[in-house]
Amino acid sequence: MSMPSRESSISPAAWMRANLFATPVDGAITVIMGGIIVMIAIPVIDWALLSAIWVGSDGSQCRVEGAGACWPFVTAKFNQFIFGRFPDEEQWRVISVFVLGGGAIAWLAWPNAPAKARIAVFLLMAFPFLAALLLAGGVLGLAPVETNLWGGMLITLVVAFVGIVASLPLGVLLALGRQSELPIVRLVCVGFIEFWRAVPLVIFLFMASNMLPLFFPAGVTVDKLVRALVAVALFSSAYMAEVVRGGLQAVPKGQFEAALSLGMGYWRAMVLIVLPQALRHVLPGIVNTFIGLFKDTSLVYVIGLFDMLGVITVNLTDPVWFSAQTAATGYVFVAFIFWIFCFAMSRYSVRLEENLGQSRGANSYASLR
Amino acid sequence: MTDHSSTSAPSTSLLERVQQIWFHETYRGYLIQGVLLVAILWVALSIAQNVSENLARQQIASGFGFLDTTSGFVISQRLVDYSETSSYGRALYVGFVNTLAVAIVGIVMATVLGFAIGIARLSSNWLLSRFATSYIELLRNVPLLLQIFFLYFGVLRTLPFPQEAFSIGQLIFLDNRGLHFPMLAYGADGLFLSVPELGRFNFAGGANVSPEYLSLLLALTLYTAAFIAEIVRAGIQSVPTGQIEAARALGLNRRKVLRFVVMPQALRVIIPPLTSQYLNLTKNSSLAVFIAYPELVSIAGITLNQTGQAIEVLSIAMIVYLTLSLLTSLAMNLYYARTEVAGK
Repeated sequence: MSMPSRESSISPAAWMRANLFATPVDGAITVIMGGIIVMIAIPVIDWALLSAIWVGSDGSQCRVEGAGACWPFVTAKFNQFIFGRFPDEEQWRVISVFVLGGGAIAWLAWPNAPAKARIAVFLLMAFPFLAALLLAGGVLGLAPVETNLWGGMLITLVVAFVGIVASLPLGVLLALGRQSELPIVRLVCVGFIEFWRAVPLVIFLFMASNMLPLFFPAGVTVDKLVRALVAVALFSSAYMAEVVRGGLQAVPKGQFEAALSLGMGYWRAMVLIVLPQALRHVLPGIVNTFIGLFKDTSLVYVIGLFDMLGVITVNLTDPVWFSAQTAATGYVFVAFIFWIFCFAMSRYSVRLEENLGQSRGANSYASLR
Repeated sequence: MTDHSSTSAPSTSLLERVQQIWFHETYRGYLIQGVLLVAILWVALSIAQNVSENLARQQIASGFGFLDTTSGFVISQRLVDYSETSSYGRALYVGFVNTLAVAIVGIVMATVLGFAIGIARLSSNWLLSRFATSYIELLRNVPLLLQIFFLYFGVLRTLPFPQEAFSIGQLIFLDNRGLHFPMLAYGADGLFLSVPELGRFNFAGGANVSPEYLSLLLALTLYTAAFIAEIVRAGIQSVPTGQIEAARALGLNRRKVLRFVVMPQALRVIIPPLTSQYLNLTKNSSLAVFIAYPELVSIAGITLNQTGQAIEVLSIAMIVYLTLSLLTSLAMNLYYARTEVAGK
């Protein structure tokens, strides 16, 4: 798949002949596809740009016949999309959490950044507590903010981050348990993994909101957000376990045996020898699980948490902005945000895969010499 | 001195014995598993105790007796007999049939579309392969629930009333009540083609598909097709180029190469992940609960709200999905066993 610009040696006409009109059938496909693309592109551009309403303080203009996207709806509700109902004067706390976490993640994703290990430790160990402190408040003079006021992108990112941070260690433990030689440990882990993978997340969220409160003694209440977080973390750890298992199977048994013969115990051999190789091997798969988890955060709306999707759905009943285009506009905007996050992650996963292939090649070359 | 040694002697031997057990692989295994088992039992027992206390305090009934009591709610979309005087058990059955109705049609449509896009992605035609790639990257990276909401609230619900329905040749109509299309029907004159006709408020005759079903089905199809396309592409690329070149050298044309040489080999790689996509589609059909299409989880949700028997209702739903999943992996194992014999 070569882009015309990249191949400077051939003329555009020659490129088109080779890639678009190689045979009569090829030419026909090009013409038909061109027609289909134009048929899709024109209404989309018209809706999103040409006929779209750009300014307005209510939905009156969007209700006009033939109006396209109702963008003022997005600008008017922008604050809700990001913060939910988080109090205005406390929103700096959310922003600082975003900046801290986003900065640390960007640092880690940067190819040759220094001190990655220290940043990773900060992100996994210190940041979650710092973020919880900043967001929930109630200490150090920070006003407490109830979790039912959290919403929008904040909820999406909190659920995704907690799910990711919790699912990796849990998934590794489950995968190791599944490989264990102890029959009861193995049975428990296989049962857990298969059960969580077989049942849809919606049912677990229902469970978290309807069934989990029954599990605790009378008087003990657990925050709704926390319950959802537990469900999401356990759910994704089962999927993570299967990815990690693939990595464990790819590491030759001799590695583990060699580590044991050097006098290492089970855990030391696993942590120092087997897991680094196994996890490296399935890094793309792990990132893909993160993408799935990120998309799944949208389901928390079912138990009454208002993530970005919930914010739109709630605002659809707002009479000020009522119009035929409001829903589509809101969903397209949120889809775009989700798409940026997921696409970035999937590109990162592809790059990892390429780097992995390269380093494997380098290793085999080194061993040959 | 003497009494000091006499007190320390048994304690060192105990320590030694503990050390012996801990550093003996078999005994340590027993110990770890014993602790795990006790911990699980303890958690399970305390949960059971809390549950029974909470249920008694909140005066919620337990057991599956509710399955035979009258549900009292209406299910407008169904393929089997049901009325509001039917039981909860019957309602859940209606939901299960509706799950199958959306899953089976979705699987067929997603397979066709997914294979088409997967093959298109490998086309030498730049425009076609780019289009396929864009489709995959767009659909895969947006949450399915968002796509369902977009199709339902953003598109299908904003369609005109039946009086101004879009139509294709006055046979197929699309409006805010859903899709109406001709259907074979059995009447007094035997088999005949029933065509939808606009009545006073809605269409009569033909078949009718609700906007809920339509948006769920379309979203499941489009979303899953993107994943199937990637599986198909990987499967086709796993076939060595030499196979294709050899087949071409034997004089087979491109379509025959694909049909007789590439696909049979690619399918062996494609089928296992494809099956798990089918299972994913079936599980994802539970998102119907958000737009109130009455499939299993939606009905379970209503039943749960009316009876308060969360544990029983959710267990039933879980068992249904577990069974589907186990049946699928059973079928997969049979498939592996068969292809292994047929293969190398």
